[in-house]
Amino acid sequence: MAKVPVQFTLNGSEKAEFVESGTTLLNALRDKIGDTSPKGGCHQGTCGACSVIIDGELRLSCLTLAETCGGANIKTTAGLAEGGVLHPLQRAFLDGFATQCGFCTPGMIMAAKVLLDRTPNPSREDVVEALSGNVCRCTGYEPIIQAVLSAARANSQNVA
Amino acid sequence: MAIRRGRGVAAINYPTGMNLGGDPTQALVHSTPTGNFMVTLSSVDLGQGMKQIMAQICAETIGVPTDRVIVDTADTDTGPHCMGTFASRGTHRAGNAVIQAAKEARQVMLEVAAEELEVNASDLETDGQGNIRVKGAPQKSISIFDVALSAHFKRGRSISGRGMFLIPRSYPEKETGAMKPSTCYAHACTVAEVEVDDETGEVTVLNVKNVFEIGRALNPKMVEQQLVGGSWMGISHALYETTEPYYPNRDHGGTDFNQYLMPGPGDLAETEIIVLERPSSDGPFGAKGPGEMCANPQIPAVANAVFDAVGVRIDTLPITPERILRALKAQAAG
Repeated sequence: MAKVPVQFTLNGSEKAEFVESGTTLLNALRDKIGDTSPKGGCHQGTCGACSVIIDGELRLSCLTLAETCGGANIKTTAGLAEGGVLHPLQRAFLDGFATQCGFCTPGMIMAAKVLLDRTPNPSREDVVEALSGNVCRCTGYEPIIQAVLSAARANSQNVA
Repeated sequence: MAIRRGRGVAAINYPTGMNLGGDPTQALVHSTPTGNFMVTLSSVDLGQGMKQIMAQICAETIGVPTDRVIVDTADTDTGPHCMGTFASRGTHRAGNAVIQAAKEARQVMLEVAAEELEVNASDLETDGQGNIRVKGAPQKSISIFDVALSAHFKRGRSISGRGMFLIPRSYPEKETGAMKPSTCYAHACTVAEVEVDDETGEVTVLNVKNVFEIGRALNPKMVEQQLVGGSWMGISHALYETTEPYYPNRDHGGTDFNQYLMPGPGDLAETEIIVLERPSSDGPFGAKGPGEMCANPQIPAVANAVFDAVGVRIDTLPITPERILRALKAQAAG
C-alpha cells in the first residue's frame, strides 16, 4: 500500500512521517514516533486508554487515522511536564495514589486536562462525566476522581 | 411497586498462599560497586506495588534508604524461583525470602566495614542513611558507598545474600483429615446498604463500610489504595461481572471485555475503609496478604442486603435485576 506523508505538531515539536494509509494515530505515535504514552487497550474506541488532545478536543487515537491529522496540534501525556516539572494533574495523580497498574492513567489525565481547560472549578459530577469514557480496572475510580478535583483546587490557588 | 432499602453484613477469613507441592519463593540480594542493593526475584509486580514493598523490606533489613534498593522482577527464565504472584502470597512469601537474603548481605557488608574500620563486625550498626558506624562511637564511621568499593576492588568480597522461604506441603492426617493447607489468615467485615427496585430488579449500592485486618500495613497508602479498589471490585463481582449473562440465545452474549460489565465512575458506592493492624507472627515485619481478600466480603454483604430489602435469597452471582425479578416472582407464586 502506498505510504502517505503526514505533518503535525506533537507536544510543541513538528513531526513529519510517512505512514501506511489507514494507520491509526495511536500506532503512528507509538510505533513511528516513539511516544508510548497513549495506550492501546481495546482498539475500538471504548476504553479511553489511547486518548489524546487534538486541537483542544479529546480524541481517541485508536479511531483517528494519522493521515487525517495534517496540520493538527496534538498533545499527549508525555508532553505535559514542562522543564522537568510535572503538570498539576500528574502531580495530583502521584500524590493521591490515583494510579495502580498505570495503563489507564495517560488517558485519564488527557480526559481530565480537557475538562480543566474548559471548567477550571468542576463539580464532582463534572469530573465523573468527563471520565466516563475511560475504563480503569484497579482503582475503583474514586482516587482518580479525587485527584482531578485536587488538581483543580491546586490550579485555582495558583491563579489566585 | 417500590424502592426498598436493605442492609447486609458479612465477615470473611482469607488465607495467604496455597498448598500444592509446597509453596516456595526465593530471592537474591547483592550490592553494586557503589553500594546500591539489587533484589532479584521472579515474582511479578502487576500493579499492586510489589517492587516498592520488596524495596522497603530489603532497605529496612540492610539498614539503607529505600531509594538505594533496585528491584528486578519477572524474568522467570533467569530469576530465582517463585511460585508466582497469586493467592495473595507476594508480600508474605517473597518478603520473607528478601529478609533472609538481605540479612546475609548485611552480614557481609558489616564484615567488610569491620575490616576497613579495624573493629569487630558485631560492634557495628547502620544509621539508615547510608553509613555504618561503631555503636556508641558514631564519629567512627564509613559510608556504604566506600564499603562496597572496598569489597569490590580491594577485599574481593561479594556483598550478597540468598533467601528462601518455603511453606512445606501439608498432607491430611489419616485418622482425622486435619491439615494446614494455608497460612496467615487476613480478616474482613463489610456492611453494605442497598436500594432494590422491586419493579425492575435493579440494585443500587448506597454505601459500603469495610474493616480489614491485614497484619502490618507495610505501606499504608498503598494498602488503602488496594482496599478502596478491592471494595469496588467486590461490588462489581456481586452485581455485574459475568462472562455468561442470561440471554435467550448465547449468540446475543458478550464477546470481549467491552461487553463485560463493571461499575463505572458514575456507579460508585460511598465507601469507607478501616484498617486494623495486628502483625502476623510469620509475615515479613508482620504483614499478611491483603490482595484478594479485600474484594470478598462485599459479595455476601450485598446478597444479604438484597435479602433484607426484598426478602429473596439470590445464591448465584452476579445478582442481576433479572435474577431478582425471577426470585420475586417465585416468592409471589408462593
